[in-house]
Amino acid sequence: MSAQLVQFLLSGLTVGAIYALVALGFCIIYNASHVINFAQGEFVMIGGMATASFLGAGLPLPLAALAAVALATLIGLALVKFAVEPARGASVVTLIIITIGAAILLRGLASIVWDKRIHALPAFSGEQPISIAGATLAPQSLWVIGVTALIVAALWWFFNRTLAGKAILAVSHNRLAAQLMGISVRRVLLVSFGLSAALGALAGILIAPITFTSWDVGVMLGLKGFAAAILGGMGSGPGAVLGGLTLGLLESLGAGYLSSAYKDAIAFVIILVVLVLMPGGLLGGRATERV
Amino acid sequence: MKLRTWFAAALLATAAAAQAQAPIRIGAFLAVTGPAAFLGDPEQKTLELYVERVNAAGGVLGRRLELVSYDSGGDAEKARTFAKRLIEQDRVDVIVGGSTTGETMAVVPLVEAAGVPFVSLAGAVVIVEPVKKWVFKTPHTDRMACDKIFVDMKARGASKVALISGSGGFDKSMRGECLKVAKNHGIDIVADETYGAGDTDMTAQLTKIRNAPGVQAVLNAGFGQGPAIVTKNYRQLGITAPLYQSHGVASKQFINLAGDAAEGVRLPAAALLVAESLPDSDPQKKVVVAYKQAYETRFRQDVSTFGGHAYDGLMLALEAMNKAGSTDKVKVRDALEQIRGYMGTAGVVNMSAQDHMGLDLTAFRMLEVRKGDWVLAR
Repeated sequence: MSAQLVQFLLSGLTVGAIYALVALGFCIIYNASHVINFAQGEFVMIGGMATASFLGAGLPLPLAALAAVALATLIGLALVKFAVEPARGASVVTLIIITIGAAILLRGLASIVWDKRIHALPAFSGEQPISIAGATLAPQSLWVIGVTALIVAALWWFFNRTLAGKAILAVSHNRLAAQLMGISVRRVLLVSFGLSAALGALAGILIAPITFTSWDVGVMLGLKGFAAAILGGMGSGPGAVLGGLTLGLLESLGAGYLSSAYKDAIAFVIILVVLVLMPGGLLGGRATERV
Repeated sequence: MKLRTWFAAALLATAAAAQAQAPIRIGAFLAVTGPAAFLGDPEQKTLELYVERVNAAGGVLGRRLELVSYDSGGDAEKARTFAKRLIEQDRVDVIVGGSTTGETMAVVPLVEAAGVPFVSLAGAVVIVEPVKKWVFKTPHTDRMACDKIFVDMKARGASKVALISGSGGFDKSMRGECLKVAKNHGIDIVADETYGAGDTDMTAQLTKIRNAPGVQAVLNAGFGQGPAIVTKNYRQLGITAPLYQSHGVASKQFINLAGDAAEGVRLPAAALLVAESLPDSDPQKKVVVAYKQAYETRFRQDVSTFGGHAYDGLMLALEAMNKAGSTDKVKVRDALEQIRGYMGTAGVVNMSAQDHMGLDLTAFRMLEVRKGDWVLAR
């Protein structure tokens, strides 16, 4: 019986780490502009699909992954250049709607440029499952969990210890004051979109051996990642991870002990309860509105 | 075979005569994009390929074929709109299409009212049961898949079966049919789990199945990436009971996705998947090998049974027109209903007034994955 519980926990951690990785991408752009980038799931898709197609063209995996991240970053920059910048001065809601449009466009392009089939990437270090207390874990899950931890640390360092990161935070707190201090809002937007596109693509590559990838994989992953980011507290890196892991664990324990048919409903009901009690999310409540 | 002699005869007819007459219009609405694109995409390609080929061979009844095709995106509402356009504006002679059961059922009232022969490419039993005057279908039904799987399970001594299915329309329909027919085969369903459309991990559900008492075999009803993830998780958990998949993942892609985990998985499917390894004595071999080669050389992509359904649909419609000697809708419908012994990619089709699908259990082959390829089981 306890082996069963361990298995549910491991399953939850695997799925949770995937959600956390996607949720992290939402944080950066949100921190820079308070925009929720609904094309984040599409960056995840581009990472996986581009790697699969570069692999198919004969590139070795590390090179293919690198090229895919570069491609996604370019697309992220182009998104700022051609969609967000021309709408300068528009409200946050308008910008969010623009990202929804961009998501639909990117999905459509992917289905034409690549194809509508499902692709798999090889696992980075084999498929031999790891046994832990009678339960099993795929080695790729360790990659996902490990890289997520690394990224959280790197993001913390970036936002708290570097001038560029602090500039991004400054813009998010008060755009006008930041501009008066000589921070280029334009550059902050470029950097944040580029970074989160790269991060999304990296996530897409890491999870593709587990979840597979296809032109429309971004929809569900984006949604779950968004839910995780909200649960953890929008904009907070550790919050995104906590939110992702919580969501994953809720789903697997819900499926295991209650009913697999209602596991999504169980998870979302609990998220609603949390948000009613803590509107800022698990780790986001401390931010205060400045007048 | 009759078709082929007819093509030869048509070749002899003068091109000018063929040109002078208006083309025969084949209408289609398919899920070329959207979540069911893996059905609609090969179906669309197949229809284009074979309309071209038939035209190159002189057409039918001395007339050219013209394909009028719309992309429904798998959306029943759009399918209805396009079917209306096909009937009222494009005035097609026959409709071949409907990648999913949802699209097909949305269109049924329209074709029934307008009186247009309609060959559906979707799976569920409800399409032809009860029989609808103008509606036919080419793919096997999910109930046949359940029957075939349960017969095979019994033969291997398994009677306590666990079910795991997705939450899509196909998955739900097949789950329902399997629950319905299980008793007829003396099969006990001891666990019944589900997973969501975008789920990335099914180990929780499978752990529950593994711990259910006395499970002797597991059946996964679903299509898309879900069954491949189930298969991977199944091996990761080290479950030893035989795993059965549905005909919904009957393509090489499933093996590519699930990799080594797919070894030993069984599923019922049309002979198309093992075309080359069929014995030469098999009456279906010629048809499936020809289709497979034509499709793969043209599109450089593995053939799937879904494209085969479109091939069967088009060929049945053309055969009916040849038999009827005209494109008169009533005559074509009657001819469709009288088709006997037509050999398609799905199996032998014997239509009747009571059966608008015409396939029996022999149309399904039980396949097993061995060394990364499909082989005939046993």
